[in-house]
Amino acid sequence: MQSVLSVLDQEPIRFFVSFGVILFLVLNLAAVLTMAERKVAGYIQLRYGPNRVGPRGLLQPLADVFKLFTKENVSPNRADMWIFLAAPIAMFIPAALAWIIIPFSPSAVVADLNVGILFFVGITSIGALGVIMAGYGSRSTFSLLGALRGAAQLISYEVPMILSLLGVVMLTGSLSLVEVVQAQGGGFWNWYFLPQLPMFFVFYIAGLAEVKRVPFDLPEGESEIVGGFMVEYSGMTWALMQAAEFASLALISAMSVTLFLGGWQPPIEALDLGNFNWAWFGLKTALITFTFQWIRWSVPRLRMDQLMNLGWKILVPLCLVWLFVTAGLMLVFPSLGQ
Amino acid sequence: MTLGLIQQGPGYGAAYLYVGIFLLLVSGFVATVLVIARLIAPSRSSNTKGQIYETGEATVTDTWRPFPVRYYVFALLFLIFDVEAAFLYPWAVVYSELGVYGFVEMTIFVLILVVGLAYAWKKGALKWV
Repeated sequence: MQSVLSVLDQEPIRFFVSFGVILFLVLNLAAVLTMAERKVAGYIQLRYGPNRVGPRGLLQPLADVFKLFTKENVSPNRADMWIFLAAPIAMFIPAALAWIIIPFSPSAVVADLNVGILFFVGITSIGALGVIMAGYGSRSTFSLLGALRGAAQLISYEVPMILSLLGVVMLTGSLSLVEVVQAQGGGFWNWYFLPQLPMFFVFYIAGLAEVKRVPFDLPEGESEIVGGFMVEYSGMTWALMQAAEFASLALISAMSVTLFLGGWQPPIEALDLGNFNWAWFGLKTALITFTFQWIRWSVPRLRMDQLMNLGWKILVPLCLVWLFVTAGLMLVFPSLGQ
Repeated sequence: MTLGLIQQGPGYGAAYLYVGIFLLLVSGFVATVLVIARLIAPSRSSNTKGQIYETGEATVTDTWRPFPVRYYVFALLFLIFDVEAAFLYPWAVVYSELGVYGFVEMTIFVLILVVGLAYAWKKGALKWV
């Protein structure tokens, strides 16, 4: 206990500042992304999107939050209340917590865990638990269908996601995200998406499935099971689930940037901004997030069997093959590994 | 318990301390938001509102009932590959120092699992119908 207190004594300000910054970031990302989602949808479909609240509709998220805060939380009579109410919390925790290991700029990382990648994999799998809790706790047919699909989908795509990170770990020789980013310095030809292109592809697809985005939105499937695991939620519980979904969308983008697209590293050395390199990180993350939204309005939803085939028969074998290619190349050219 | 935290220097333990306290604070924050929303929002429950949503039809059976066995098959496959990954990560970290020995050993390890995956594929366990 003594040592715990002494650590807090050393850096109390840093702790509270970082907690505030992470929470501020997650909540604002969720708010901005709900807005961006509808604006992008609007422009892709040749309409305006939300444009009534504030200049160009920019205050729409604020209005949404007020509306959801004052809305009644209706829950089914026969729902299992503890599980029903714990589900949004279980979904929000991984979306917020995983941000603390991401290096935003050379000197800005909240906790540089030496098992960072493993921590990311472990903490995001709590999200699957949240989906099952939401669907099972509601005790409703649509919810249960959505939860079962969600469980099958999330655990199936977790396997290619875990395997796709192995190439990066082998090349870096470390699980720390700070070291992963440092190893990619010197220009965009050193970023891992070039030697690990198939793995990047797999990580991107598996990430898309892990955050339940179109074309992998079977757990929600609003046109067939009317919202899936979240059909019984309303008001703030629903808002928290949406916030968790958008925050994990941003998280997956940030992780693919950190692991494969150089993190805060500028594309060429001459554009190095020093401590302001977080601008590069933000720019790349925003671009990846935009591609997620672009896909949403371009691709139809997969069928359940197609989903399982893609995960187990294409992505997993592709990962294993590229794992061996990477291992073999590192054996022949030892200079590849640092 | 706390000895483990200080032995490797305060920097090392502090990182995990951050994770633990963050976990508690985030869950506390979300729970607080739910409580505040409960205080602000109106609450007029009625029997009709308490019905589960099923596009206007009355539910005839309880929804907590057995579900198809294929979900368990995928859960088992997931478990196997998840444990495999737990062995692959430490190997990947030190791979550049292991050389040919590490490569051959991991080839054998992964091949055994690939045979298992191929068997499941052949048996139709990956087929979703």
